[in-house]
Amino acid sequence: MESEVCVSFGRAPYFLVYDTQSDVSNFFENPGAASQGGAGIKAAQAIVDAMAETLLTVRCGENSAEVFQGAGIKVYKTTKVSAKENIEAFQKGELAPLTHFHGGFHGKI
Amino acid sequence: MLSGKGGTGKTFVSVNLAVTAKNAICIDCDVEEPNGRLFLKPEESVTEEVYTKLPQVLEEKCIGCRKCVDSCRFNAMGFIKNSPLVFPEVCHSCGACSLLCPTGAIYELKRPIGIVERGRNKEVQVITGILNIGEASGIPVIQNALDTKITEKSIMIIDCPPGSACSVMESVQTADYCLLVVEATIFGFHNFKMVYELVSLLQKPCGVVINKGDYTYYPLINFCKENNITILCCIPYQEKLAQIGANGEVASEKDDETRMIFSTLLDKIRMEVRE
Ligand code: SF4
Ligand code: SF4
Repeated sequence: MESEVCVSFGRAPYFLVYDTQSDVSNFFENPGAASQGGAGIKAAQAIVDAMAETLLTVRCGENSAEVFQGAGIKVYKTTKVSAKENIEAFQKGELAPLTHFHGGFHGKI
Repeated sequence: MLSGKGGTGKTFVSVNLAVTAKNAICIDCDVEEPNGRLFLKPEESVTEEVYTKLPQVLEEKCIGCRKCVDSCRFNAMGFIKNSPLVFPEVCHSCGACSLLCPTGAIYELKRPIGIVERGRNKEVQVITGILNIGEASGIPVIQNALDTKITEKSIMIIDCPPGSACSVMESVQTADYCLLVVEATIFGFHNFKMVYELVSLLQKPCGVVINKGDYTYYPLINFCKENNITILCCIPYQEKLAQIGANGEVASEKDDETRMIFSTLLDKIRMEVRE
């Protein structure tokens, strides 16, 4: 909970799932982190499959955004350093929705 | 023909070599900006459309087994609200998903992404790959352009896209010899090293053509010496060459000195390839 939020969504090593009702938290590995292309899609899929309703991240790409939109997951931009601080800020309604999604690299290295 | 960045004169060298060699096939694989044809002005051109296949999901047939999503090695598919979603820019059109779907819910839609133009200018066969604006990957167009028969007497000159991306790898694969065109400047040298790395990775023999420069840019000269790379020739910057280029003409057809440079270059390449 004290760990920092990774600057990249698709390449983040782990995701933290936090249940706001029970206060239970869980880490799981990002299956997209090591993939060559389409990391954002795979990572977003993992969030969808984890039954998340909201995602807190620094930034995320267009493809991930499309997955979230399709799945009805809201994305908010983190402003604090640690996961804990950001969750608290979110619960107080202090985080703004993430509106800018960067274009991907689409395997064009 | 390779270069680390655009504008080093890759097309200039390709076109002039082709005209000098006479019996040549000049293939422009710089599909985002194919300029060779502006100089070679091919006649009797035939164009062929190039397609890529994009998987489409028939939702009524899909049973939601996720086989397609899990088997896509490019992660080009998501699975939302019980049905797969394809991301066209990420999809490599490999066909795995439609093959693996147990219910036949995926069919492939053909989508045009560019054209290949085939024509000739006297003894030179001119082939140009042209990618539609906004398309992400030119590889299918490059593959189509390279799918050209070569006769024993002719030489094939492939004008690659600038840089060292996948499309360059694709273009270089069949080549016997790589010609690296470099400008003798700090940026030119930096980009050149990246292309050289790619060529050595693919274990292709190569040589260097210095364009718009002379032999006095020592970092480049020393790098070539250290790595045992042959510098084949050096084409100095000349006002008249720029003028001929601006008129859309081929220098070695207009200027004797340039013709000599390219015919010597061609002989050197032939010798290098034989070795
Ligand atoms: S065609 Fe290949 S790359 Fe495209 S979605 Fe299907 S499996 Fe993935
Ligand atoms: S493999 Fe076929 S049936 Fe299974 S989820 Fe994909 S489209 Fe649907």
